[in-house]
Amino acid sequence: MHELAVCQALIDQVEQLALKEHAQQVLSIHLGIGPLSGVEARLLQQAFSIARAGGVAAEAELVIDSLPLQVSCDQCGQTTDALPARLLCGACGNWRTRLVSGDELQLQHVELIRQTADDLAEHETSMQQHERAN
Amino acid sequence: MCDTCGCNVTPGNAHLVQPGGRLSKTADGREAVSVLHGLLDANDHTAAHNREHFNRHGVLAVNLMSSPGAGKTSLLEATIEVLKDELSIAVIEGDLETENDAGRIRAHGVPAIQITTGSACHLDAHMVHDALHQLDLSALDIVFIENVGNLVCPASFDLGQHRNTILLSVPEGDDKPAKYPVMFRAADLVLLSKCDLLPVLDDFKPENARRYLQELASRAPIIELSAKNAAGMDSWLHWLFTELAQLEHRSGELAAVSEPA
Ligand SMILES: Nc1nc2c(ncn2[C@@H]2O[C@H](COP(=O)(O)OP(=O)(O)O)[C@@H](O)[C@H]2O)c(=O)[nH]1
Ligand SMILES: [Mg+2]
Ligand SMILES: [Zn+2]
Ligand SMILES: [Zn+2]
Ligand SMILES: [Zn+2]
Repeated sequence: MHELAVCQALIDQVEQLALKEHAQQVLSIHLGIGPLSGVEARLLQQAFSIARAGGVAAEAELVIDSLPLQVSCDQCGQTTDALPARLLCGACGNWRTRLVSGDELQLQHVELIRQTADDLAEHETSMQQHERAN
Repeated sequence: MCDTCGCNVTPGNAHLVQPGGRLSKTADGREAVSVLHGLLDANDHTAAHNREHFNRHGVLAVNLMSSPGAGKTSLLEATIEVLKDELSIAVIEGDLETENDAGRIRAHGVPAIQITTGSACHLDAHMVHDALHQLDLSALDIVFIENVGNLVCPASFDLGQHRNTILLSVPEGDDKPAKYPVMFRAADLVLLSKCDLLPVLDDFKPENARRYLQELASRAPIIELSAKNAAGMDSWLHWLFTELAQLEHRSGELAAVSEPA
């Protein structure tokens, strides 16, 4: 169950990013994951629903994009689709292939709402109004 | 943060060094920030740092992975017995503490650091970093890292090793590579362990294991080995000495490059 550890690393990255970008809220987190990444999307979603609690990503949606599994052949040079336990060349059947894509475990982009200077000022004013009203 | 050796790009801040580019901003204030980082960048950064430690001292670091009970500790014990007068060896022990593998290693007169922190299903680079700072690397030739017995999680975490050795034991069945492709694809060497049992467990066919590994496009050499009757031990030791020589050669080249003319 290393998905929990992976998820913790993800949340750490998102929180640092949110801090740097002065985000008030993270809306969605977009990952790209290949079939040979060693991480199961379903388990990662489960881990995320636990690990996101409390932080700036507490309401965020986790969107996982499954990336294709492709190999390129040393012999005939073609790039073809493959399966995790069968990485043979789809064109000539040769086993001497290299992975072109399929082992990614990537944070691609994050959708957030930024805390602008206006927001901050507005927040101040409303706080003051609130105090006066009391 | 490597507080022991003062590396200034810490795992926690490494990604801040890279800029996050803006993609788009919509009217409702939503903004998409493009990132493109590996999720395990913090781990990989520490792993690279560990590798630097090993390189600086010319220490070969070998990560041993397998299912629980495939024979990692037994292999280490047998290896140490043969090599201990010739090479200086230490073990970073990540397998379950309750099995007292560190004690088994120390009984052969070599240092063993037991990792006790973290989840019980894999090692990560931070744990190995803490452990390697408890060793005197300048006095060592080889550090073996015995990973947690698990064919899933450990494959995702680079530890800073030079080579991955994966044990596939005869009682487990010859189709394990097809069932755990992520793990077996990571192998630089596959040891078919407990080969003394081949005559008894005759549905394990080494040629099937070879074929499954080939279907993963694996170029890793395969050695049939038994820690019990020492069959194949010479091939394993030969592989180790070749790796050691290559490491020396690489660090020699590095030294030549960095030396002023
Ligand atoms: N028959 C046989 N048994 C072995 C061999 N190597 C280890 N074993 C046995 O397998 C069990 C697990 O071994 P161990 O080294 O603790 O495995 P680890 O969990 O991978 O470290 C022990 O009972 C060992 O005695 C071998 O080469 N042949
Ligand atoms: Mg063990
Ligand atoms: Zn794990
Ligand atoms: Zn081909
Ligand atoms: Zn260090």
